Amino acid sequence: MENIGIVFALLGAALAALMAGIGSAIGVGMAGEAAAGVVTEDPQKFGKVLILQLLPGTQGIYGLLIAFMTLTQIGILGGDASVSFAKGLLYFAACLPMAFVGLWSAVRQARAAVSGIALVAKRPDQMGKSMIFAAMVETYAILALLVSILSIFGIAGLSL
Amino acid sequence: MAEQYTYAVARIHAKEMTLLDRQDMEQVLACDNYDEALKILYDKGFGDGEAFLSSEELLSYETQKTWNVISELVDDMSLFDVFLYANDFHNLKAAVKSVVTNSDIDGLFIRNATVEPEKIYEAVKNREFNEIPKHMREAAENSLKVLLKTGDGQECDIIIDKASLEAIRDAGRKSGNKMIDGYSELMVALSDIKAAVRACKLNKSLEFLKRLLAKCDTLDIDLLTNAASKNIDDIYEYLYLTKYSGAVEKLKISMSEFEKWCDNLIIDYIKEQKSNHFSIAPLAAYILARENEIKAVRIVLSGKQNNLDNSAVRERLRDFYV
Repeated sequence: MENIGIVFALLGAALAALMAGIGSAIGVGMAGEAAAGVVTEDPQKFGKVLILQLLPGTQGIYGLLIAFMTLTQIGILGGDASVSFAKGLLYFAACLPMAFVGLWSAVRQARAAVSGIALVAKRPDQMGKSMIFAAMVETYAILALLVSILSIFGIAGLSL
Repeated sequence: MAEQYTYAVARIHAKEMTLLDRQDMEQVLACDNYDEALKILYDKGFGDGEAFLSSEELLSYETQKTWNVISELVDDMSLFDVFLYANDFHNLKAAVKSVVTNSDIDGLFIRNATVEPEKIYEAVKNREFNEIPKHMREAAENSLKVLLKTGDGQECDIIIDKASLEAIRDAGRKSGNKMIDGYSELMVALSDIKAAVRACKLNKSLEFLKRLLAKCDTLDIDLLTNAASKNIDDIYEYLYLTKYSGAVEKLKISMSEFEKWCDNLIIDYIKEQKSNHFSIAPLAAYILARENEIKAVRIVLSGKQNNLDNSAVRERLRDFYV
């Protein structure tokens, strides 16, 4: 039980990668289906809809980043891998914003991207606007990423 | 899950770009003759380069094209039964009448239906009503019995038409989709109003009207029946109290104005599906939009064939989905 701290920290890292990754997989898949629907009718729109399809993919990258930073901080990727119970719990909590916001924002961003793809299908000249609508959702994934990053670096400096 | 139609809806929204709008129809209208009008339609994608003997053949090809696309996108076609039941019951009517009169069935049936027309014909001919779907059995049996006994074609039509409306309403409820459900309600209510007004103008009895009208949620059929058994003003008075009050002014002008209003009401009802990206509803809306487009093309082409004045044709055109 003396290593329980690192278990919680690793669980947090895994959750961040797992949930944000699931969200992005769902999102990119959903937007991909819509993109394929448009390209079936008009193959020339491939380039435009591809950009919109990729937008919900960023959360997975953020999740990976948080997981990687946590693993580095707790010494799993090299160094001393001893983490106190309190610190382990703190790392776990620090990963949660990215895990949950990553999952949910990717799914919601995908819906905005699907709508954007439909907009591009009808009005190709409105590509910029359709990207902005979907990109708005990204704000909240970035905020969650920031909170997780600041927390992870902050925990390292604590003497617990 | 609504997301399962993401590909289908995106494809349908992209296909909506090829639907004819009022501007396109004006271009067809501006043609000097029928052949020129056909040429423009071919240029806009009608017929896919195939040769057709008549405009009706072209339009039935276009109808089939819509259903081919939909069946490619959706596994469970029963979701769209609400649009095909009218054809099934038309085929039943044709089958019953041709069995009783022992006449030829060539060209009598509509192909786009949920049941093979020949199957209906055989079932009616051999009195094997279990061979046809449950919602058609009673109407098939009763209409055949009535036609054999009385030879009254109108009575036969009433039985089948009412069963058709009831089946449509039921299919709408079972579809589990709000838009399809609402469409079926609208269809039944508008058909009831049309039937009530026609029957009233022919001074039909209360008993007749009770057998004629199908139940729906937005109209009180008892009140409508009573009003129709009295006079046309009573129908108008009742309609003013319902969500179909707009029908009154149109009915006062003419029946064709009312029919145009009905079609426009349905197009208006489905228009919001243009910005829906996640359910089966945009596909249903596309089917109706294509039907509307084909109807518009039929009006314009028949106007060209009969050398009608463009303004007369324009008056008959309905609103467009795009």
